[in-house]
Amino acid sequence: MLLVVEQFLNGLQFGLLLFLLAAGLTLVFGIMDLVNLAHGSLYMMGAYFAATFAAWTGSFLLGALLALGATLLLGIVLEMSALRHLYGRDHLDHVLATFGLILFFNEAVRLIWGPAGLALPLPAWLTVPVPILPGIHYPAYRLAIIVVALLVALLLYLGVMRTRIGMLIRAGASNREMIGALGINIKLLYTLVFGLGAALAGLAGLMQAPILTVQIGMGENILILAFVIIVIGGIGSIRGAFLAAIFVGMIDTLGRAFLPNLLRQVLSGAAASTAAPALSSMLIYLLMAIVLVVRPEGLFPANRR
Amino acid sequence: MKSFTVSKAVTALMLAGLVLLPLYSQASGNVFILTLFTRVVILALAAASLNLIMGYGGMMSFGHAAYLGIGGYAVGMLAQEGVGSGFIQFPVALAASALYALVIGALSLRTRGVYFIMITLAFAQMAYYVASGLARYGGDDGLTVYKRSDFSGLINLGNRTQFYYLCLACLFGVLLLIWRIVNSRFGLVVQGLRSNEQRMQAIGFPAKRYQLVCFVISGMMCGLAGALLANNTDFISPAVMYWTRSGDLMVMVILGGMGTLFGPVMGAVVYLLLEEFLSQLTEYWALIMGPLLLLIVLFGRGGIMGLLGRFNRG
Repeated sequence: MLLVVEQFLNGLQFGLLLFLLAAGLTLVFGIMDLVNLAHGSLYMMGAYFAATFAAWTGSFLLGALLALGATLLLGIVLEMSALRHLYGRDHLDHVLATFGLILFFNEAVRLIWGPAGLALPLPAWLTVPVPILPGIHYPAYRLAIIVVALLVALLLYLGVMRTRIGMLIRAGASNREMIGALGINIKLLYTLVFGLGAALAGLAGLMQAPILTVQIGMGENILILAFVIIVIGGIGSIRGAFLAAIFVGMIDTLGRAFLPNLLRQVLSGAAASTAAPALSSMLIYLLMAIVLVVRPEGLFPANRR
Repeated sequence: MKSFTVSKAVTALMLAGLVLLPLYSQASGNVFILTLFTRVVILALAAASLNLIMGYGGMMSFGHAAYLGIGGYAVGMLAQEGVGSGFIQFPVALAASALYALVIGALSLRTRGVYFIMITLAFAQMAYYVASGLARYGGDDGLTVYKRSDFSGLINLGNRTQFYYLCLACLFGVLLLIWRIVNSRFGLVVQGLRSNEQRMQAIGFPAKRYQLVCFVISGMMCGLAGALLANNTDFISPAVMYWTRSGDLMVMVILGGMGTLFGPVMGAVVYLLLEEFLSQLTEYWALIMGPLLLLIVLFGRGGIMGLLGRFNRG
């Protein structure tokens, strides 16, 4: 029982984290029609920034805030210097150009911070276990991730659905010429959206940093997961990304936790322990393949033109 | 007689260079360059196979490295089990690649555009994890191929020069085949599907079936490259199938010129030599390579072949 609840919460936490990453990706894709493989690099930069700033300032929260601002800024600079010129080009061009950016960011990180990973220690008040049910404790930090991510999701929803900027973003997604003709500065809007996406990726990276090590290439595996999520959810749909992210987070975490035991029931011990990790890694890709075969546009296709 | 063009001259020069390379290597005693170019030729073969579906067929596969792994593991696993004959290993590598291509092609071709890019990527990642789970064959650490494929005295793969020429012959054979395919009725249908699928369907061509056959042929070609690659490195590991390797192959095709016969070969030569050159220049070679790719995408439309073509007109 304890294990089930704990793994369930872990799945939720991982799913919400994935949502932060996928939300930026799907916004950028839905609005600018840009496939950004370098989104994972922004996630990595968020983690590196947080580790560095936290070490400088001596405060986890201050470091996190600075890192958030830094990734926002990095995203804006990246959009204005390079990615802006890719709008309207072929998707293949996007894949290639942002693939180049991944190489660049990984190498730049190696140059600046060295090949060894960094650690981002948590302040003491975030490491205590919190009782959530009678007799069941859960780490405060993971709870904090869940709360923050849910809050961000809510803000994102309200921002996109209820504010003027959000209205412009949605309008830009459905018809960019029209909104430009109506006198909206579409270039600025795009830059803002990209910056927002970058900040979300940075937030995901810096929140994940204390749980995993901060290292080169940390953005790549999780980027693929984020892509799986937006493809399952339907590209351009934030609601789809949210549901798919929770779903994928749950399946991945629960699969890793319980599949080995399940397999041991059917297979011999040795065979199960070798097959289980591979199988649980495959689960989400299997899920994506099934979804795409049944619904080639994803579960919640956004209404695009 | 067709007119002389810069791109033809450069292509001819490159091909002649590839054919004569072992002579240079022998004369200068530079063994390293032969090893390097064996790798170049093998990956050029893989890039050419990707070009068949990507350049001519409009199917943007982001999981082509999976075939490199499948072909390689076919050789490695058979060698491990004591089947050393190339006459068995290579057909098995081709058959396994074809089977994989048939299954994932049938599923992936239901989608299009960026969804197709992503689903092929997802399948390649699955293949990667399957290989990582093969504990009997080294799992994550990979599998050493202690004995190269044995072609019962016909050709000795242990001999560098002979192996190089085998790879080169495979490359030329595949290029010839692609040229014949592209100019056949079948190839014209596939290219027609790239331009306008609806119209082709309206004329009465079963679109998916044509695309699937093309997809399988391309997969088999890349499987061949994988079998050669395992022989070249005497080693095969899941890393061969990692998604960045698929990205590398895509870069080669686009760098050289998508939808041109010799473009991918050119792309592979330039990309790998550039990588080699930059990595000797500085440890942080990717710092230059990354932005270079970005610039190529931004300014170099049509890749090297496109550039050479422009040279001619201007």
